[in-house]
Amino acid sequence: MQHAYAAPHGVSAETFPGEEFTRQTLAVAEADIRKLIHDPVELFTRMVQPALWLLIFGEVFTRIRAIPTGGIPYIDFMTPGILAQNVLFGAIFYGISLIWERDLGIVHKYLVSPASRVALVLGRAISSTARAVCQMVLVYILAIILRIHLRFDPLSLAGVVVAVMLGAAVFSTFSLIAACIVKSRDRFMGIGQVLTMPLFFASNAIYPLSMMPGWLRAFSRFNPLSYQVDALRRLMVVGGTSSFGLPFDFFVLGGAFALLIAIASRLYPKIII
Amino acid sequence: MPETTDKLNPAQAEPSGSDSGSNAVETRSLTRRYGELVAVDHLNFVCPSGAIFGLLGPNGAGKSTLIKMLTTLLPPSEGTALVAGHDIVHDPRAVRRSIGYVSQMLSADGDLSAYENLSISAKLYGVPRAERAARIEHALEFMDLSHVAGKLVKHYSGGMIRKLEIAQSMLHRPHILFLDEPTVGLDPIAKQSVWQNIRDLREEFGTTILMTTHDMQEADELCETVAFMHSGQLAAMGSPATLKLALGADASLGDVFIHYTGATISEGGDFRDAARLRSTTRRLG
Repeated sequence: MQHAYAAPHGVSAETFPGEEFTRQTLAVAEADIRKLIHDPVELFTRMVQPALWLLIFGEVFTRIRAIPTGGIPYIDFMTPGILAQNVLFGAIFYGISLIWERDLGIVHKYLVSPASRVALVLGRAISSTARAVCQMVLVYILAIILRIHLRFDPLSLAGVVVAVMLGAAVFSTFSLIAACIVKSRDRFMGIGQVLTMPLFFASNAIYPLSMMPGWLRAFSRFNPLSYQVDALRRLMVVGGTSSFGLPFDFFVLGGAFALLIAIASRLYPKIII
Repeated sequence: MPETTDKLNPAQAEPSGSDSGSNAVETRSLTRRYGELVAVDHLNFVCPSGAIFGLLGPNGAGKSTLIKMLTTLLPPSEGTALVAGHDIVHDPRAVRRSIGYVSQMLSADGDLSAYENLSISAKLYGVPRAERAARIEHALEFMDLSHVAGKLVKHYSGGMIRKLEIAQSMLHRPHILFLDEPTVGLDPIAKQSVWQNIRDLREEFGTTILMTTHDMQEADELCETVAFMHSGQLAAMGSPATLKLALGADASLGDVFIHYTGATISEGGDFRDAARLRSTTRRLG
């Protein structure tokens, strides 16, 4: 039917396929990254926890030599795990910002825009990866100060960046899903607390899978953090090895991310209902 | 018991169905249920293009639910509506491209500057790259915010935040602008200023404005047509002057409101409505 409202007054047409989707996704990410630039204090406060883990737990267990590490110092073994933990703890509470912005009315603004729900969710995941890369840089600085034997060849560094970004994207999207389901800040904080420790301890972050009892090892196979740590251990430290193989690690992380994005984009509009 | 549709202007209450091009909004038996509660009940009305149209009613009357359905934030349980000629059920993205929306809550991001807020909106709505900067500058100037464009919005006054939100919602030159309680929590001076901005927007861009309000003075001064909602249905619709005259020579729009909605203090929204309203008012300072 031809009507008086054939086209919006002041918008552009796509110049290439997916241009609109890309622009909208990046706009959502940009909003969050700009906030981080205005107030980066959060990044530094998040460094206290990894510093304590590496300085206290790492130093003590290196002396005890109780955990088999495949011939590398324990502090080197646990550093990729602590980086993954830092990314996990930052990303898993990411959903609370969605509830906060819903309460303020900011989410409504995004939902009435023409941006697709996938773009809204993907944009948020991308912004969480930017935070995670900043955290990664700070953990590297800490690791250099502690004289941990890091790999600095460009391919390894690029692999670490990808593993960190994928891990952040997986856990922040998982967090968005939790936020869309629980909808209240108090309940979300409870869920976040319940999730973080099991995810961390049921992974290979601070001890190898071979040390776990059978039931925990089975559970850890379903934990994306195990695959992120496995990839980081191979790529980040000198002498580090991968149990699952890098292609499989990245395949699992990528697959989990795609699945979570599909679920989150279905649930996202329900946050306001 | 309030009178109902017999007070409506039949020409406006019933959509024609054949000439939606001249109507900005046209609802067709639009209904939304929350469990047993019917928040909007088989609503039929039209809002003509270019009008400033006021939706009035007590809290819980269904105004916000109606706006949420028309802006595609909430799917209808039954019926549909055409917004700027697009069906809200079958083509929600086309609807979203054609509208602007200012929520009752504060949708501007306090942790970004005005310029950044506008820039993000421009990208979301596909304002052409070559025009973006000029469009943002014009919006800031139009709303008298150029001098604070780089300041974080959390340091703005309530009136300035509302102006910014209206500027954001107009960047892509929408056909229809939905304003949900645009002046709630503002002082009289800020209200006057926002009212003037709304008039100017209609004047400059020919935008249809559909707004909800509790402020009878606001409805009387701004709106050419007002519709009173009660219990999810339309209780009356017409120009403020006609509705007042029908009630008596000295009747105010407040008298019309009470006559048609019969609202008492025991009615009027739930805990969530009250919390949201107070939160918005507090944030507006």
